[in-house]
Amino acid sequence: MTSKECKELEAVGKKPIEPSQGESTHENVIFVPAVDIIENSEAITLYADLPGVDKENLSIDVRDGVLYLEAKVKETDPKLRPIYREYDEGGYSRKFTLGERIATDKIAAKLSNGVLTLVLPKAEAHKPRKIQIT
Amino acid sequence: MAIVRWLGEGELFSRFDRMQREMDKLLSPYRSSVPGTSPAPSGSGIYPPINLYDNGEVFIVRAEVPGIETDKLDLSVTSNTLTLRGERKSLEVEKGWNFHRQERDAGGFRRALTLPEMVDGTKVQASFKNGVLEIVLPKAEQAKQRKIQVTSN
Repeated sequence: MTSKECKELEAVGKKPIEPSQGESTHENVIFVPAVDIIENSEAITLYADLPGVDKENLSIDVRDGVLYLEAKVKETDPKLRPIYREYDEGGYSRKFTLGERIATDKIAAKLSNGVLTLVLPKAEAHKPRKIQIT
Repeated sequence: MAIVRWLGEGELFSRFDRMQREMDKLLSPYRSSVPGTSPAPSGSGIYPPINLYDNGEVFIVRAEVPGIETDKLDLSVTSNTLTLRGERKSLEVEKGWNFHRQERDAGGFRRALTLPEMVDGTKVQASFKNGVLEIVLPKAEQAKQRKIQVTSN
């Protein structure tokens, strides 16, 4: 199925978030991470690009039906003199509204190579079910 | 104010690209303080975006490349050029899956970077952690600054 022709990637600049609740009190820029969200009958799976983020600096919370992703990045050693910069370093933040159709106690998260894989299983009552007709 | 961007291709456009970015950086604090607008994304260019640092003894090149296939990553160095080549996995989506959002791109990349000074190709080290590729390039002996003695007769 696959042809060996590989698509060329284009750089897309990171988008800083708009401060919605007034000015931020910390100095770092915060970016909106790029995500892919796919769904099948069992679960919704979210992939987020979080380069430079360690497990310890990533927090995933579900509060009132909203999924919050927040991450911090270690600052670059200030002794390094930047000569040329095409990207800024900073934290990440993004939130998603979840329907009650997610079984929030069964959410699974994995962080590997800067990519977060988040599996949100659908609650039993909401999985699509074939209805038998007698 | 609409800004038309050039897609950088090779050395010829990189200077314009750089100038564009410098202008964006200068203007962005003003743009975001105008109510009702959001700061524009910092523009497109060659993937991956890289940062170049210098600590006197070595150059450090950092690139944010989350999700790349490390076994397909190819780095090579000549006396003052670093070439990166690799591939980012695309999502393997089986039948029955729907996309809600797709913001992450996948595909191949190839980028060559000319370093400001010569480096010692035999001592280059690269590491990949948390999706950030870091390449440490020690400067070639001749490239390091050396004090020059002045003799007078």
